[in-house]
Amino acid sequence: MLQPRLATNRWLQLSAIGAIGFLAVWTSAALSGLTSRDFLPTPWDVLQRFMHLVREPFSGATLGMHLLSSLQRFGMGFGLAALVGVPLGLLMARFRWLDRLVTPAFEAVRFVAPIAWVPFAALWFGTGIGGPVLIIFMGAFPPVLINTYRGARQVDLKYIEAAQMLGASHWRAMTQVMLPATVPSIVAGLRISAGLGWQSLVGAELIVASSGVGYLMVKGQAAISTATVMSGMLAIGVVGVIIDAALRRVQLTIETRRGL
Amino acid sequence: MAIIRFEHVDRVFHQNGQDFTALKDINLEVKDREFVAIVGPSGCGKTTCMRMAAGLEHPTGGTVSVDGVVVRAPGPDRAVVFQQFALFPWKTVWDNVEFGLLSLGIAEAERRRRIEHYIGLMGLHGYERAYPHQLSGGMQQRVAIARAYVLDPKVLLMDEPFGALDAQTRVVMQEELVRLARQHPRTVLFITHAVEEAVYLADRIVVMSRRPGTLREILDVKSARQAERWDEIERIEDVMDQPTFVHLRTHVWKLLREQQAPGDTH
Repeated sequence: MLQPRLATNRWLQLSAIGAIGFLAVWTSAALSGLTSRDFLPTPWDVLQRFMHLVREPFSGATLGMHLLSSLQRFGMGFGLAALVGVPLGLLMARFRWLDRLVTPAFEAVRFVAPIAWVPFAALWFGTGIGGPVLIIFMGAFPPVLINTYRGARQVDLKYIEAAQMLGASHWRAMTQVMLPATVPSIVAGLRISAGLGWQSLVGAELIVASSGVGYLMVKGQAAISTATVMSGMLAIGVVGVIIDAALRRVQLTIETRRGL
Repeated sequence: MAIIRFEHVDRVFHQNGQDFTALKDINLEVKDREFVAIVGPSGCGKTTCMRMAAGLEHPTGGTVSVDGVVVRAPGPDRAVVFQQFALFPWKTVWDNVEFGLLSLGIAEAERRRRIEHYIGLMGLHGYERAYPHQLSGGMQQRVAIARAYVLDPKVLLMDEPFGALDAQTRVVMQEELVRLARQHPRTVLFITHAVEEAVYLADRIVVMSRRPGTLREILDVKSARQAERWDEIERIEDVMDQPTFVHLRTHVWKLLREQQAPGDTH
């Protein structure tokens, strides 16, 4: 059934009511006296703690610095996933033997959740940079590969035929026709990948030694500071929204240019 | 000397474990700088003929050759204008026209000269930086025609190039193609189901039978065009009033009507 469209202000109103309602339930639960405020702080407590963490170092760094090192790891894991996933997806769509070669192993591995790679990554990389990058990579890799592959398989045959007719070499047909024709699917895949990679962050940072939002949260847990843990969650949520919004922007720009 | 030659060409398709013959014993020669139009009922295999000359499909028997060389794969010496334009939507008009020239390894100054020439000829000045989706269907097909002509190909293969356009745009494009063909005579194989379009554009018309597709009749239009000086008549509707045009059109229609299966209402 078709849902009737909502006017923009009505839509904003409902969103605001939802957010305020959520905060109200949370606040009243925190203030009800059923639990101690250390155990369940109010939103205001969390925000205060958050601002405090922004200004003062905790476990060796301010929240901003922790975020920066998290973003670095994320950038490496996500970048690696894109760097491997896009060419591999295109090549698998182009060469059936490669598809047959990779698919079984890939299908088996992709059902191992990123968090399940933590013990393995710890054994292999110890507390080095390799561990978190591997875990984030495992979260980010499947969507970009699958989207690139499916997108490339669905490229309209007329573009391939036009490229052949115009004498394009295999390399030009791949880079100037297959790749750009697949770009909308690739970007859609990268958006999902970025989300999953970022979600894998805390798991990845369970095994790091000195910095990162995940690390901060683990230390907050050790210090029995729920507000610190929730500040970390808040930071992850906000940055996740920003990353997604940025990629959504890229997606819209490309679609507009193509007239989609 | 660009000649397209079909010799005893058969095309058999396999579907659901059954063979069916789409084309049977096609023999046709398109002479140097001749404009040949193939007309026939839908599903008669006329597009398959063009695609075999392009190298996009292959005969199951016989050979298709261009300049005596058997066609095996697509290439820029046999430029195709597709019904659905097939422009690259991520490239500008200029880059679309340039794409094939880059494959041929043509130097930049020469590329620029050729592209400007055909962009001007097709009335695309000022649209060089536009993307295909910003253009009307007629303009898009102009780009596709420029993209084909700019390669200076041995032969041009056109698969119902105006089939996706509205009636008025179609007439304008037909007139422009005649003008272009006069300025740059080429060997052209033109597929269409529009009888008047074929009579207006072609030197010879090949009428095909319905499946299995065979050559039903080949008509000479060129001598009529020359006798009645169609090329000096500016408007298509005035050409269509010429007695020989009317006669040829009626004749082709009759041949096509004979091909209609009982119960086929169009």
